[in-house]
Amino acid sequence: MAIFETQNLAVGYAHGKQTTTLLSGLNLSLEAGQLVALLGQNGAGKSTLIRALTFATRPIEGKIMMRGVDADTISKAQRARLLGLVSTERIQAGALTVTELVGLGRQPYTGFLGRLSDDDHAIVAESIASVGMSHKAESFVANLSDGERQKVMIARALAQHTPIIVLDEPTAFLDAASRIETMHLLASLAHEQGKAILLSTHDISRSLLLCDQLWVITRDRRVLTGPTAQMVHSEAMNEVFSNSSITFNPTHCDYESTED
Amino acid sequence: MSNNSSSRRFSITMAVLLALLVALVGACLIFGSVDIDAQAVLSIVMGHDSDNEAWNIIVRQSRMPMIATAALAGAALAISGLLLQTTFNNPLAGPSILGVSTGAGLGVAVVMLAMGGTIGKMMGDVAIGGYLATLLGAFIGAGAVMLVLIIFSSIVKSSTMLLIIGMLVSYLASSVVQLLNSLATEQGIQSYVAWGFGNFSGVTAAQMPLYASLIGVGLVGAVMMVKPLNALLLGTRYAENLGINTHRTRIALLAITGLLTAVVTAYCGPIGFLGLVVPHIARLMLATSNHSRLIPVTMLAGADIALLCTLLSVGGDHGVIPINAITPIIGVPIILYIILNRRKIQYFN
Repeated sequence: MAIFETQNLAVGYAHGKQTTTLLSGLNLSLEAGQLVALLGQNGAGKSTLIRALTFATRPIEGKIMMRGVDADTISKAQRARLLGLVSTERIQAGALTVTELVGLGRQPYTGFLGRLSDDDHAIVAESIASVGMSHKAESFVANLSDGERQKVMIARALAQHTPIIVLDEPTAFLDAASRIETMHLLASLAHEQGKAILLSTHDISRSLLLCDQLWVITRDRRVLTGPTAQMVHSEAMNEVFSNSSITFNPTHCDYESTED
Repeated sequence: MSNNSSSRRFSITMAVLLALLVALVGACLIFGSVDIDAQAVLSIVMGHDSDNEAWNIIVRQSRMPMIATAALAGAALAISGLLLQTTFNNPLAGPSILGVSTGAGLGVAVVMLAMGGTIGKMMGDVAIGGYLATLLGAFIGAGAVMLVLIIFSSIVKSSTMLLIIGMLVSYLASSVVQLLNSLATEQGIQSYVAWGFGNFSGVTAAQMPLYASLIGVGLVGAVMMVKPLNALLLGTRYAENLGINTHRTRIALLAITGLLTAVVTAYCGPIGFLGLVVPHIARLMLATSNHSRLIPVTMLAGADIALLCTLLSVGGDHGVIPINAITPIIGVPIILYIILNRRKIQYFN
């Protein structure tokens, strides 16, 4: 059974009383131990889909099932133990230490005042270690580089001890080295810790290298899914961009322009 | 390792602020427009009557209630500022700058006019039912402004714009108050102006239990919000993902801030700057945004600074200086320091 799946999901956005549906009829599923990349051109609806999948907005239609249970019937507090989020939202946590920030990931398990137990502290230290940031555990978040900050936010999601982690463009603001590190980190978390990890990204060649599954939003707003190897050789990759002179080259695992 | 160093920093800060509190309370008891010998003050505070009956009255019915009023008001306004800054993700938020105090003042003005009284006299002469109504007016006024701010904060994302909206609301509320005042008597206007100066000596010993317990409720409420406040440092989306109902949290924070600001404004007038400045002092002293340490330090620092203002206001031979003439002198340099150094200060980054 998939740990996370959608049934006939439609997502979009509301403006006033009108709703615009971007993607519909989605039957997507995430399995434990798999790293899945969500690809699509700008404006295709990646963020909208991610927002709906992480309960930031309500879907227009359809259901999200977590471990076979309708997510609508699961309380917010319970969902916090099932799905962890890494978003691109600006945070004001510069004056927290890395340990304090990652410690916030334990909130779904702590009591009224949010005090951490010895077990919680151990989980926090372990989460920081798994993203390779132990040497900065007591640094202020303000003094971290963008790449380090992203790792810490991933550690925060790990401390939340959820079987599912969803990341909205986790490599968007990172330099090449941090992008590679982050993607390898996510792959190892999926494959070694058995997490189901979904990320939206523009980093196509890296995703093809490391991801087990691809969810591709086409220019005509269908979502095609499948194992990476199979997707690479299918037509799906050529249906992403509106500009038809941009084509996918499976050998290079990247897009190129056929105009020149 | 640093866990210890940050908790040591917290203990030292608390100890310093507590020592300062004791010193300031002592100074406020001893210094005033009437010279009273320090030993006599001590023995009167300990419950022994002095031979000088006037001294007994001054210490017990004037200075002691004033000290309690100031300390509680300082703590309340500082906590209001902290909650507003975290809720709106805006380091320059505060009850006076966002118009919450003015809203409370407007509520007071409306109630007083409806009751045929004058604004400045509201707490002094009006019967119990009267000042409960005034308090309610202040609470509704403050709450209405908070609601306007919450609504606008979801429309305009820019923190600067929100501050400007707060100021506009504040101007609007003041102009309504002025209009109401034009309907009031000459004496009413005079006492309204006096009320606007800010004053910690308006709470009588008889009113103290209600004043103190309302502020106590607000402060305890703030302590109970530590967990969601820390989650909100990560923004709404992360807080929701951590299982926090951010909508309900914002309403609770609105209620607590409204209560604290309304009570202080109703009794002491619209006190400026404390709410904006004290949370920054607390963050700079502790070097943290963690509310579990920030809240107690903000409360104590707020009480200390309000007492310092009181001392400057009444201590010495100059007669009483209005509180609102002192708070900017303390507040403005600190705000300027923070604005000029924002790139070096962790919590801005």
